[in-house]
Amino acid sequence: MSWLSRFTSVFRTGNLNREIEEEQQFHIASRTDELIADGMEPAEAARQAHLAFGNPTRAREESHEAKVFSWLESIRQDIYYGLRALAKAPGFAAIAILTLALGIGADTAIFSVVNGVLLNPLPYPHADRIVTLFDEYPQFKTGSISYPNFLDWRQMNRSFSAMAAYRVQAHILFGSGQPEHLQGEMISAGFFDILGVKPILGRTFDKKDDRLGTAPVAILSEGLWRRKFGAAPDIIGKRLVIDGVARTVIGVVPSTFRLRIRNFQKGGPLNSFQGGAQLNEIYTPIGQFNQPQFYADRSSPWGMDAIGRLKPGVTFVQACGDMERVSRQLAATYPGIDSNQKANLVPLKKEIVGDMRPVLLLLLGAVSFVLLIACVNVANLLLARSTGRQREFAIRLAVGAGRARIVRQLLTESILLALIGGGLGLLIAKFGTAAALAAVPQTVPRAESIGLDVYVLLFAVFVSLGTGIIFGLAPAWNLRHANIGGALKESGRNFAGTRSRTQRVLVVVETALALVLLIGAGLTIRTLFALWNADPGFDPRGVLTFSVAPQTSLAKESPAAIRAFYQQLHHRLASTPGVEAVSLSWGSTPIGRDNESYFWFVGKRKPAQTDDLPMAIRYRVEPSYLKIMQIPLKRGRFFTSRDDKNAPPVAVIDESLAKKYFPGQDPIGRYLVANLYPSAQLNAKIVGVVAHVNQWGLALDAASPLHAQIYSPIAQFPDDLVRHDAGGANVFVRGKGSRTPSFELLERRLHAFDRELVAFDPMPMQQMVSGSIASQRFTMSLFALFAGLALFLASIGIYGVLSYFVGQRRQEIGVRMALGAAPATVLRMILKDGARMIFTGIAAGVIASLGLVHLMSSMLFGVKPTDLPTFVLVALVLCAIGLLACYLPARRAMRIDPVIALREE
Amino acid sequence: MARQDSFQGSIPLLVLKILARRGPLHGYGLTTRIKQTSQDILNVEEGSLYPALHRMEEAGLIKAKWAITENNRRARMYEITRAGMKELEGEEARWRIISGAIGRVLKEA
Repeated sequence: MSWLSRFTSVFRTGNLNREIEEEQQFHIASRTDELIADGMEPAEAARQAHLAFGNPTRAREESHEAKVFSWLESIRQDIYYGLRALAKAPGFAAIAILTLALGIGADTAIFSVVNGVLLNPLPYPHADRIVTLFDEYPQFKTGSISYPNFLDWRQMNRSFSAMAAYRVQAHILFGSGQPEHLQGEMISAGFFDILGVKPILGRTFDKKDDRLGTAPVAILSEGLWRRKFGAAPDIIGKRLVIDGVARTVIGVVPSTFRLRIRNFQKGGPLNSFQGGAQLNEIYTPIGQFNQPQFYADRSSPWGMDAIGRLKPGVTFVQACGDMERVSRQLAATYPGIDSNQKANLVPLKKEIVGDMRPVLLLLLGAVSFVLLIACVNVANLLLARSTGRQREFAIRLAVGAGRARIVRQLLTESILLALIGGGLGLLIAKFGTAAALAAVPQTVPRAESIGLDVYVLLFAVFVSLGTGIIFGLAPAWNLRHANIGGALKESGRNFAGTRSRTQRVLVVVETALALVLLIGAGLTIRTLFALWNADPGFDPRGVLTFSVAPQTSLAKESPAAIRAFYQQLHHRLASTPGVEAVSLSWGSTPIGRDNESYFWFVGKRKPAQTDDLPMAIRYRVEPSYLKIMQIPLKRGRFFTSRDDKNAPPVAVIDESLAKKYFPGQDPIGRYLVANLYPSAQLNAKIVGVVAHVNQWGLALDAASPLHAQIYSPIAQFPDDLVRHDAGGANVFVRGKGSRTPSFELLERRLHAFDRELVAFDPMPMQQMVSGSIASQRFTMSLFALFAGLALFLASIGIYGVLSYFVGQRRQEIGVRMALGAAPATVLRMILKDGARMIFTGIAAGVIASLGLVHLMSSMLFGVKPTDLPTFVLVALVLCAIGLLACYLPARRAMRIDPVIALREE
Repeated sequence: MARQDSFQGSIPLLVLKILARRGPLHGYGLTTRIKQTSQDILNVEEGSLYPALHRMEEAGLIKAKWAITENNRRARMYEITRAGMKELEGEEARWRIISGAIGRVLKEA
């Protein structure tokens, strides 16, 4: 116990010693005064007084010991009594502990997610100084940056100590065996320095690497290094053939580095392969990107974004102002290209966490309601229990225990309950969080940093202590009415009145809380149903997509040879058993990657400046695409095999484009001009209108600013674009009878056709569609879980309190029945009592919900926050379950035998 | 030594009795009271009274609060509690029985 007493002395010693010393000094001073009054010299009097007092230090130590020891002793006693009291009522203890474990467990689980995602700092040194940069267009806030603009930003800004660009890039690694697809990123020199990532081998890119014409180099991720090269230490200096270029490996970066800036559904004119969920395995210098247009064309960004580190002392707001100045200058220098754009700065953490913040905070709010309901339940349990203990308290008061001492005892008991419940809850949180994250992979950003750490433990302890004190105070509060004589005489029934009022209020409160949660859950469930029923504009069932990358030598062939190659590939796939139709595709893929072009119409006035032109999502597909995706044709026709290189160019637009630019007119026969690449313009006749396709996923499409869609046949592409297409294609395959074709089978067919061909990223379209509502599913599942928990706890609470009331009124009911009350009357009386609490709770809950639901309006889809059917249905469900919880004790009351009940007196 | 110990053991009883009869008193007052009424026979190191007082306080037999004396000093005033009264009754009775018994033994042995 000595460590404990030392520990408690830390915070009790100061005051205690001062008091004891002051008391001693008073004594000595009084003695001195008296001796002086008796005629002694003051100095001698003081000496005598000290002498008579003896050793003050020893006395002080003894006093101190007495106090600290007895304090500790009394705590030990409280804990002992508390445990004994709980052990004497194991049913009560079990219910209370389980209730608390559920509440605290759920709360801690969500907090551990909030802690990992929102609160924990990013794993980079001074991560709060890192900013992501985008180019903001009128249509997108987070568009990509063109390389010339990036170079000017980097050179002209005054707020960043470093700025680096990055761009997702798929690579094909040749060499040992089958060529392999690798997810990679092209980055500027200094990219890793900004993030503070040190290579585990070799070095990172410097300025000399980051330009065309220098020796091609690459950095590997630790994962690739271990997987493919067996962690060979002599990897540095080795040459790897990547996309047909021999690159020297100069470094390996640790696998703990996993920067995942969401570049999924970001919007913006992207040309790149995206696959944002995958980890990068290889890095190349962006300055070695072998695309002359990339460096020359300021108006077309290539899916490139940037990060920067703020100079010491520069605030985020100052940096925003600085970059606005840079943007204005560039707009003045390059009118028509940069005039509608400006730099958009987002703190790195905010960018990574993205839309998860409001969702997590909402869930944390929801789960605190569950905890509150758990607290209310346990408070009610304790109140009911303290009735039976009135005599015990009264006796203890009578033998001289202070009221404070009894309150302390009550609090000790409730804190013990809460701590045991909290410990159990921590286990629930640990396994619950792991299970929840495994159930919805890739939904929560930074999932790897979620877990039990010191903060989560502290949170659990804090919440447990807090709840213990809150619900423990309820019975303690009632103790203020305690009247010893009365309690002893009347078995404590004299203050049942005030307590039953407290209990009624608590039932109303928990009913209201449960209603709020149920309404929230109802709204998220309706949202998910609306999303499930939302028409994506195509039929994903039975469709498989993947990407192919032919040998790099293909790009050196003639356009005719490239066309022939892809035609062959098409036929090979189409003749695979079980395949109904195949379409190669470039440009955008629904709910996948996106690719946009400026466009205008022949015969309509063309805006003077390029960046005032409207934008459309571009799909470059084969005639079979419509059949594969089952997109409804609204007017005219789709492509046929006759729309080839020799036929006049044609295009098909979607309904939303037709509605916006040809309201009430027939767009068929009109001519549309679109810039394919700066070098190539398409001038095509509109031959058909198809239904709109949800490019941005079920949840986001409606809110996205970009809807217009243009389809063009790949057969009509100009030669230089065909050469660019030699790098790879997307493939859409529909299986016979809506059965998704097997990727392995298709891959084997492809390898039989061309051994060096790489097929990668297979994904059933259905999975793409359901993946686009994963975060809504996550929110709904948790909300529904919490609401279910709330409903369960609240009904137990109602049941418990009503049972208690019936128990309290046994004699009264017995008298009533003896005087001729029918059992049905008794049943009605009890039900009415319960119904009054439930209805009041529901009314309060509806009012609270009306005030709270707007918080979740941004998370809803296809349903208003004040959706009447949800409110009505939820109220009815709660009412039904609440009344059922009342019915059981009411039925028991009805069966009371008046003879037995009255004899109990 | 033995004599002092036995007296030390009786301090709680004396304190309770004085407080029960005289009402709230500070430590110095208690010392003076014990000395005067025992005509200086029960005279110990004055400082040793305090640990005893503090132990009694923790046991809930007496309670204390700070007050200002007529000399304008802050003093800790002790007061007997209900539990203290009960203790006093029991202890006083026990003391009378034991001292009576000892007296009889001394007289008649």
